[in-house]
Formats: sequence, structure tokens, C-alpha cells
Amino acid sequence: MLQSATHPHAKSPIGAAPDLPLAAYRFMLRARLLDDKFAALYRAGKIHGGVFLGRGQEALSAAIGVSIQETDVFAPLIRDAAGRLAFGETIVDAVRTYLGSALGPMRGRDGNVHRGRPQAGYLPMISHLGAMVSVVNGVLFARRMKGSSGMVGVACLGEGATSTGSFHEALNQAAVEKLPLVLVVANNQYAYSTPNDRQFACADLSAKAAGYGIEAHPVVGNDLSACLEVVGRAVGRARAGHGPQLIVASLLRLCGHGEHDDAGYIVPELKNSPLGRDCLKLAEKFLLAKHFTNTAQIAAWRGEAIREIEDAVAQVQREPTPDPFTEDWSALATEHLVEGYE
Amino acid sequence: MSSITYLEAIREAQAHALRDDPRVFIYGQDVGAFGGAFKATKNLAKEFPGRVLDSPISEDAMVGLAVGAAIEGMRPIIEMQFADFSTVGFNQIVNQASTLFWRTKVSCPITVRLPFGGTSGSGPFHSQCLEAIYAHYPGLVVLTPATVEDAYSMLLSAVAINDPVIFCEHKLLYYHLKAEKLPSEALPIGKARIAREGRDLTVVTYSAMVHEALVAATELATEGWEIEIVDLRSVKPLDTDTIVASVARTGRLLCVGEAWPWGGVTAEVIARVTSEGYGLLDAPPQRLNAKDTPVPYHPNLWAAHRPTAHSIAAAARNLLRQ
Ligand SMILES: Cc1ncc(C[n+]2csc(CCOP(=O)(O)OP(=O)(O)O)c2C)c(N)n1
Repeated sequence: MLQSATHPHAKSPIGAAPDLPLAAYRFMLRARLLDDKFAALYRAGKIHGGVFLGRGQEALSAAIGVSIQETDVFAPLIRDAAGRLAFGETIVDAVRTYLGSALGPMRGRDGNVHRGRPQAGYLPMISHLGAMVSVVNGVLFARRMKGSSGMVGVACLGEGATSTGSFHEALNQAAVEKLPLVLVVANNQYAYSTPNDRQFACADLSAKAAGYGIEAHPVVGNDLSACLEVVGRAVGRARAGHGPQLIVASLLRLCGHGEHDDAGYIVPELKNSPLGRDCLKLAEKFLLAKHFTNTAQIAAWRGEAIREIEDAVAQVQREPTPDPFTEDWSALATEHLVEGYE
Repeated sequence: MSSITYLEAIREAQAHALRDDPRVFIYGQDVGAFGGAFKATKNLAKEFPGRVLDSPISEDAMVGLAVGAAIEGMRPIIEMQFADFSTVGFNQIVNQASTLFWRTKVSCPITVRLPFGGTSGSGPFHSQCLEAIYAHYPGLVVLTPATVEDAYSMLLSAVAINDPVIFCEHKLLYYHLKAEKLPSEALPIGKARIAREGRDLTVVTYSAMVHEALVAATELATEGWEIEIVDLRSVKPLDTDTIVASVARTGRLLCVGEAWPWGGVTAEVIARVTSEGYGLLDAPPQRLNAKDTPVPYHPNLWAAHRPTAHSIAAAARNLLRQ
């Protein structure tokens, strides 16, 4: 979500107006630098468990974040640092979750990319792939029952998750209910090590939309202006009552599945193909060519972001970690139904 | 091989099964060229072309395919990337695989490998212990090896058994637990093992908790207590005889499990001992499990959520004082 000054109700086509691409670029840059920091903390042994980056997917993710509003619903996945920031997540919240701060939104109970603020329409993913889509449906469904309109819900997935039953069930459900769901599939060519030819057999995943009776929007995922245009259009269609929209972005993951993984399975042909080009560099080039910004400005944004990230890490490292002695060891909201097992 | 890990034993058992039996194949996410998320199938796709196959991210269909193949006489091994994701294939396991033989007399020799259990920083969806849930269903065999030797021999047995086997391999043991060599013989499936002999108190446990209990027993030995540890090996079937015989020697029973406290393996053991060996007990039997919340991410919370050598020793001391 963005402040109204830069909000995507732009009358002019994307690329002509600098506000939206510039805003998206800044989220991409911040996300890249934040991811770099998490990778460094991981290598230094400062993070427990895995670290999952969105390197190469920032253009798509940022485009989603800047195309929706605070009042919408967002269920990002593991490679959506940019979209999360654009939807309003603070860097401190992200750092708190990775470092397990007691003050973070997940209070050390859940970690890394498993974070959100459901009250704010920002849904915290569970690991089970595909499981968030019907939950977005549910939020939209309830809001409609309560009389709201004009909102959309965006759920993000990788292409691997299109093989789950949950994907199918939720997409069909959204279609039957004609919900304003935008399902974004980032086809980064590999699900962990599994290449697309072991995942699905259709030539183009966006062809699946027809089977559900919904609209499809293929897009080149490392091209920021294409992402802004296509995501903006799909969000607009959903918001205008045209039912679920399926976006399929082609791109390449420019990192391991997690930081433990060297991604040796990614074939050089893909790395050297247009898909393998870094969306951040492409966006930079585009913005400079259009004279939307200049290198000094970009360097300044970079410096600002690095400072903000370093400050957040320094702050969170001083924050309390969860204390097992004061922890409330119960999983029920209904206090008098909690059993003691001690 | 100078020493072999629990994980390598699992790989070796699968290699052995593939070599010995043309009906065996392995199917799961990233198990092919990549060798699996934990490398439990490392190089197997190369050694056994066409028999170690990457699946789509479709747990329901993975298990369904295995059942279909079993009907055709094959002996599939399904690797779940994490036990936690087996819930997505739950229906096929507990309704399809587990009922087939009972309904039709056609057996269902599939092995579902579940990398399970907590490790630091893994959080609520990569840490679960699901043995009790599967053990609840008739028609399933549920194995929980605690040693390198058992990981190897019990996986070989799992593949040979003519029923669906849920093979719970603990991720915490994968890399750290080592043995000198692979075993040439093993206890039969369904037999528990005395992991340590003692006369003052029996700890019944399984999988990674066997090692916590062993540490606790060493600590208690310095205080003069001799703790006997029964490693269940298989939670279904459950070796009641070995448990009751141990309680007959010690008079005191503490059951330890990493799973959640409601019901489950520890409750089952206590139910059996109280009904079959009530007179043998000198004190009320006790159990120690994880806390009744999802498995927390932060190591501080995680360490307090699960039983540890420390909490086992404390529970044992309480029981010894009674
Ligand atoms: C139901 C389920 N099965 C297995 C996993 C383990 N897993 C985590 S990420 C992943 C690959 C995901 O690939 P994809 O959906 O393409 O997303 P990407 O990582 O490429 O962004 C797998 C198999 C899971 N999280 N959920």
C-alpha cells in the first residue's frame, strides 16, 4: 500500500508517470538489501533455522504491494519481502521475526517468513503450500457478507504450489463465489530443485485459468513496468467485480531455495536467458533511461535503506527474547478451557 | 566406511532395498537428482535409473499413486519432505492405504518416510511428531527408530512388511548420530529394546527422546539411581511385554515422548501398564511430553517446549521420591 500521492489510480500508462515505478523500485531496493542482511546474519550464525530470499522476484512482489491498498487483503509467501514492505510491513517487524524478538508480531513463536498481522489483512503464511489461498477467499467472503465492497485479496504462490490440491480447491471456490481474488503465481522455473517439467505438463500455467472460468494475465516477471501494468490491471479487474484473476509471472530465482542451498541445479541456459536478468538492475536501467531518477538519488536511497536496516538489526538485537518462564503455554483463546499438563 | 550416520543408514537401506527388490521405487519431492531435501536419497537416482522419481508438490496424489502401485505388486517408498506435510496426504494414508487389506484382502506394502521431530529454529510447521495420529488408525504400522542400526534395519523391514508403514525418522538424529557399521541382524519389528539396564525406575521412550533419557540416566547414576530405559522402536505394534517386564523389575514408570500430551504413545503405554501390570507399580506412573502448544520457533521456547535430559531427570527424581 502506498500513500495516496503515489497510489496506482494513475490515469497515464505505466512508464509515462514516474511515481509508481519509483515507489516500487524503492521497495525492491529495500527488500534486496534487507534480504542481503538476512543472508549475512544467517552466514554469521545469528539466525535460527532457514533464511528464504526473494532475489530476482522483487519486481513482481513490489508491483503487487504498490497495486493494492491498506484495506485489501494480502497473503504473501516466502519470496515477497518487497511486497510485504510495500503493503506496509516495517523493516523492524521483519527483523524481529527472523531474530525471534519477543516484541515482534509473532513473539518468537513463529519465525522467518511466517509472519503477518491478520487484523490488518496481512495474513501470516503457514508452510503448507497452497493453504493460504482459501483463507484469503474466506476473508473476502466474510467482508462481502458484512457489506463491504471494492476490496481485493492477493495470494502469492510459486509454480510448485500449483500442484497442490489446495490450489485447485481454492481457485475453483473463488471462481464459484466470484470473489475478488488475485492469485499471483511466480513461476521461477524450480520448486526447490524440481524443474518445471517434473511439476506440470502444460505449456503455460496461465492456461489453467480457463479451466476455472477465470481471467488470466501472463507477465514477464523481471520487468518492473510490465509487472506494474499487468498486476495493476488484474487488481483493477478483480476490484471492479470481474471475479478471480490469475497472474502468472515468468522469472528466475536468483538465489537458493533457502540460504542453505547453493542452487547448483539451476541450468546455465536459464541463468543466461532473459529470465535470468536481475529485475533490480533492469528497473534501475529503465528508471535512468526515462530520467525518472539519477544515480546519485539511487545511491542515496541505498544508503538510507542500509542505515535503516542496520538500525533495525541493532535495535532488535537488544530487544528481549521470549522467556519460557513467563511464556503463556496455551494455544486456546478460551482461557478456562485450557488444560494443565504439568 | 569408518562411521555412518543415521541419515546415511536411511540412504543405505533404500539403496539396499532398490538393489534387492525390483518392485521397490522411491517417489517424493526433490528425491531424484537432488537427492532429497536432507540428502536421504543422494545418488540413488543415478544408481537406479527410473526408480527414484521427483514428484510434484502433491502429497495426496503421492500417497494415492503409491497405493495404486502397491495394488500392482510394487513396493513404493514415499518421502514426505517433512512429516508436517504428510497431513496433506493424510486422507490417502488413513482412508485408502490403511483400509485396503481389510476391505479387499489385497495388501498395501507402502512405506511413507516422515522426517519428523523438532530441531532448533524449525518452528510450528517443520517440527511435528505425528506418530500417535497415525498409530490411532487401524491398518498402519508406525516405526520410530532411535539408533543408526535401527534406522537401517527397520527401514529394510518397513519395505518388506506387507502393510503400510509410517516410518518416523527423527531429523535431530540425521547428522549427529553415528555408528561404526551397519548391522547384519536386528530385533524383529514389534520388539522393544532395553537401551540401558537399571533397577530403580523404568523410562519408556522412543526416537530422539531415547538419547535425552540416556543423558538423564547418566546424570541420575551420579546420584545413585539406576534407570532402565526401554526404547520402543515401534510404537505400533507396541511391545507391552517388554515394558511390563521392565516395570516388574523397577516398580516405577516414566513415559517420555516428544509429541503433544493429549493421548498418544505415552498415554497408551500407561494405560497398558496400569491395566496389565497394576500390581507391579510402587508409585503412580508418570509421563512427560511436549507442551500443549504448536512447536515454537525461538530456541529458548523450543528448548522448554519439549522434554530434555534435564526435565526427564527432574521428573524421574520426583517419581523416585514417591
Ligand atoms: C504441502 C507442502 N509440501 C511440501 C512443502 C515443502 N516445500 C517448501 S517450499 C517447496 C518448493 C516450493 O516451490 P514453489 O511453490 O515453486 O515456490 P518457490 O520456492 O519456487 O518460490 C517445497 C516442496 C511445503 N512447504 N508444503
